[in-house]
Amino acid sequence: MSDAVLRQPIRRQKEEGLKGIRDIGLDDAALHAFLSETWKTPKGFSGWLTTVDHKLIGRRYIVTAFLFLILAGLSALVMRFQLASPESGRIGPDLYNQLFTMHGTTMMFLFAVPVMEAFAVYLVPLMIGTRNVAFPRLNAFSYWVYLGGGLMIWIAFACNTGADAGWFDYVPLGGPEYGIGKRSDFWAQMVTFTEVSALAVAVEIIATVFKQRAPGMTLDRIPLYVWAVLVTSFLILFAMPAVMVSSTMLILDRLVGTHFFNQAEGGDPLLWQHLFWFFGHPEVYIIFIPATGFVSSILPTFTRRPVFGYLAIVLSLISIGFLSFGLWVHHMFATGLPQLGSSFFTASSMMIAIPSGIQIFCWIATLWGGRPIFATPLLFVLGFIFTFVIGGLTGVMVASVPLDLQVHDTYFVVAHFHYVLVGGAVFPLIGAVYYWFPKITGRMMSERLGRWSFWLIVIGFNATFFPMHILGLQGMPRRVYTYPLESGWGGMNLFVSLSALVLLAGFAVFFLNVLASLRNGRIAGDNPWNASTLEWATTSPPQPYNFARLPAVTHGEPLWAEGDTLPAIEGLRVDAREVIAGTVADATPQIREPSADNSIWPLLAALAVGATFLASIFTPWAVVWGAIPVAITLIGWFWPKGTPEDEE
Amino acid sequence: MKPSRSLRFVCTAPVLLVAGCSEWQSALHPYGENARTTLSLILSFAIICTIVWILVMLALAGALLRRRSNAEGLRPPLETDPRRERGFTRMVGSAVAATVLILVGLTIASFFAGKSNAALTGKEMLTVRVTGHQWWWEVRYQDASPSHTIISANEIHVPVGEPVKIELDSGDVIHSFWVPSLAGKRDLIPGRPSEITLLVDKPGVYRGQCAEFCGYQHAHMAITVVAQRPDAFDAWRKAQLADAVPPAGAQQRRGQQVFLSTGCVLCHTIRGTPAGGTSGPDLTHVASRQGLAADTLPMTRGALGAWIADPQSVKPGAKMPRVDLGPDDLNAVVAYVGSLK
Amino acid sequence: MSSACRERTNGIARGGRCRRPGVSFGAAFAIIGLALLLAACQRESRPFETPPPADASNDEIAMSPNHPGPGGPQAASSARWEKYEQSAYEVAEGKRLFTWFNCNGCHSKGGGGMGPPLMDDKWIYGSSIENIAASVREGRPNGMPTFRGLIPEDQIWQIAAYVRSLGGFVRKDMAPSRDDSLSARPAENRLPAPRPQQAPASPLSGQGKP
Repeated sequence: MSDAVLRQPIRRQKEEGLKGIRDIGLDDAALHAFLSETWKTPKGFSGWLTTVDHKLIGRRYIVTAFLFLILAGLSALVMRFQLASPESGRIGPDLYNQLFTMHGTTMMFLFAVPVMEAFAVYLVPLMIGTRNVAFPRLNAFSYWVYLGGGLMIWIAFACNTGADAGWFDYVPLGGPEYGIGKRSDFWAQMVTFTEVSALAVAVEIIATVFKQRAPGMTLDRIPLYVWAVLVTSFLILFAMPAVMVSSTMLILDRLVGTHFFNQAEGGDPLLWQHLFWFFGHPEVYIIFIPATGFVSSILPTFTRRPVFGYLAIVLSLISIGFLSFGLWVHHMFATGLPQLGSSFFTASSMMIAIPSGIQIFCWIATLWGGRPIFATPLLFVLGFIFTFVIGGLTGVMVASVPLDLQVHDTYFVVAHFHYVLVGGAVFPLIGAVYYWFPKITGRMMSERLGRWSFWLIVIGFNATFFPMHILGLQGMPRRVYTYPLESGWGGMNLFVSLSALVLLAGFAVFFLNVLASLRNGRIAGDNPWNASTLEWATTSPPQPYNFARLPAVTHGEPLWAEGDTLPAIEGLRVDAREVIAGTVADATPQIREPSADNSIWPLLAALAVGATFLASIFTPWAVVWGAIPVAITLIGWFWPKGTPEDEE
Repeated sequence: MKPSRSLRFVCTAPVLLVAGCSEWQSALHPYGENARTTLSLILSFAIICTIVWILVMLALAGALLRRRSNAEGLRPPLETDPRRERGFTRMVGSAVAATVLILVGLTIASFFAGKSNAALTGKEMLTVRVTGHQWWWEVRYQDASPSHTIISANEIHVPVGEPVKIELDSGDVIHSFWVPSLAGKRDLIPGRPSEITLLVDKPGVYRGQCAEFCGYQHAHMAITVVAQRPDAFDAWRKAQLADAVPPAGAQQRRGQQVFLSTGCVLCHTIRGTPAGGTSGPDLTHVASRQGLAADTLPMTRGALGAWIADPQSVKPGAKMPRVDLGPDDLNAVVAYVGSLK
Repeated sequence: MSSACRERTNGIARGGRCRRPGVSFGAAFAIIGLALLLAACQRESRPFETPPPADASNDEIAMSPNHPGPGGPQAASSARWEKYEQSAYEVAEGKRLFTWFNCNGCHSKGGGGMGPPLMDDKWIYGSSIENIAASVREGRPNGMPTFRGLIPEDQIWQIAAYVRSLGGFVRKDMAPSRDDSLSARPAENRLPAPRPQQAPASPLSGQGKP
């Protein structure tokens, strides 16, 4: 780019009295040069630690979450190894208890929620046409806190201090008298870590979606995935505090001798259950709703038509969000609560099947009215419908109190929740990986390996978990490290354990596909699937600044409506990080909002917070002394930069 | 609602075929009023849910496999046929309406089944108090006269055909009382006593298991319910009231001596002897029970020997320690305890 | 990262020459993890298998004589038995047994009554775990029964470890937390640390054999 070409538009800007260098009149090359420089993450270690680029953070979030998936999956395989035959004696009860607790805890807190957040962090700014999330440094902070919590509990597990009272850690078993040692303390603090991380992401997603949408992206033009993630973020906002409160109460009971859960001194063990499940039920919807967003993104692309029933799906998402807070007692039907109260929760648990059903019917209508292209992402969506509906229907079964009183805490429930979580969230997640891999990495995944992974996973999953329905009805309880020979459950357990190997093979093929495609995958263009949402208007992988000029939107499926020429916005600075902030409902642009630069403070703050949490497992003084480094890092973080905010 | 016998057979048969007919501790083989009502509910729910799933899969298959014209294939993505869209609206609407109706029906069925199960409460003639411990069940038959209280462990006897109230409490952590062939489960929460009513219709031995994770040996905490005809039950109760059988023969006498002079006496009670410990199960009539160590082992001489010699190898983590007895002492104790019918 | 990696545009690896930073971090993590695994925390061990029965070495440790006179209790420690104090499980088992075997009957919850308090700094027969175990095993004048042969050896040491926690000798992260019953005193992990004991004025009489 020659100076002459550059000087002219810049001089014109100066004549108009505009501060900084804007993108008005700049040609593509100049634009790319300026924006790359402004939005870049420096190469090397320091760049890695200080980046606030949502794409880099989202990617590392995804990789970390999948590593935890592998760890939790291996725990499950060891469990199946132990349960393959009656009284096998391969693993003792103490290790088994730690294994199933670590499996559940890791899957729920360290894989399922973070991976959904990770995709949201990556995709939302691209889908709504902005350059970064609303609070980029908070984003970085949330990743480091999550990593810290996950490392803490797994290193504890390596030190024989893995949590061992179940992923739900019921008191009194996980309480101060019966929860011996520090195992439950590590569990409770890990919960605090991951919930701080989740709340941070929820807050920034809400702010981003409300305020930073592309001009013209009114509420009824927001992609369904973004709606799903928005609803999820509100769920996180209201559900996570409940579990943070309960885990903090637990640590106080164990460390300091409070009596929140001590019956003899006026506390109540049932309080734990209420607080935990008030979080625990929305938690599974926090995992499931983004997966419905994946399905709503994949379907239009592979049926070549918009999703049927946009309004119905949005309203379903919102009503699932509200309803999910009214179901929690269905985890407590066996505790002896009054029958009338329990029946209310039966009714609400059944009711939530209605909006879920609406979504399924709309998706089937989409398939009916479109032209299906059977690529791997669509295969996983079909697998999702096949599997999730089974899980949803067994959910209707366990919603009934008398039915639940027979199958609660048995393998029937294990089958149910794996069907809804794996079928309902993991299958769409794998489909999403196949779908967005070209955008994230610039390469296509192998279709052949994709099909292999699909069939192995779906067949392996159903063979592993369907027999568990029958095992539960035959009387096999959960969380047992072994079972007697006379039970007659040995044959089916062996079948389940062997099928788990098929499931393992399917995941192995999937990970192989990812790794091989990273090196040798076919180079993807900007929009290999010919999809309709804004992220496919960027390069693959996207530039650090996402869009050279921020797009404006005139339709719910912008790339299909506008074709090759998207309308774009001019006027943002290219020498400083800026995004557009607009109104909530109409996305009418209001101001140019500065966006945070790379910074080391999120990492330092996360270290300070992490150290405080970790030390508070051992002494309450950690909170007092730990407040000092936390305060210092927060002061460094918020110290004013001195750049006047433009209000033009 | 109670489906006819033939319907019940038709519905359970395929399940049984797949299941391999394991009756050992199964909700699918009810012998109690509560479990029977619940099984009807399970089967009706299962049938309806299966039909719903099949219909959804048929719709899905139809969507994927229906023949599409060439014109349809070439249409640009945003051009949707308004007539077809209206058709979809009607179909989705009717599917949602059907879903609502089915769910309302299922909710009502569930409510009435629950009500029917609850109707047994209040008519019980017999009350048994069960206290859960890590990892055994303390069983108490209260009586108006305190000297007629029976304290036992891990095994409940009930008369057939009469509702029996089981009062539930816990001595340490949360447990759950669950005998699948008789009734649904109820949690034992420390400090929050609750109750469950059993009505057994056929004499027999029914196994249940703790159904709330309670620590290392949660897997080995079984409870046995023995249902007997009323006259047999009365005879059993009378026998349980008696003090322990005095030792017969030199070996059993030596066994009693060893029992009373080593650690056994610190935790166990044998009525009729000085042994009065209450931390562990009451052993007055231990040999009359079906199983040992909460049905982890059968009640046989060999199992008794293995259990007393080293409980930790059978139930690692159990609260019963290994007491180092020489072989003669061990045999003597086994002979004595095995005689406590 | 090598200069070949600078060819990357935000993530596309060309020709497989670039290794993502995640890989080297993963290796470091694995090595650290392995090292920690090998040094598994003893605090959390759950030794269900009972150790071999007591041998004569118990009697070889010089303990306090059972009669008044010159020479206070002698503290002697053998590493073999220190493990009880460094395992949260053993101390917690001791707490359970303290209640089950009715130590509370004379010692309340460490506050004493008919028997001396166990939470104060006065240890008539010595405060080391061997001394306490000997007190339980042998009994003591003025009413402390002997439990030799009644309580298995392993459990005597567990009880002794728990009594140590009542005295505040056990590290805070090993000591038990509050129990789920009426709160009679602060939890063992909140009891104050013990004051250092006076050294014995003159050598012990009756060395070697009790």
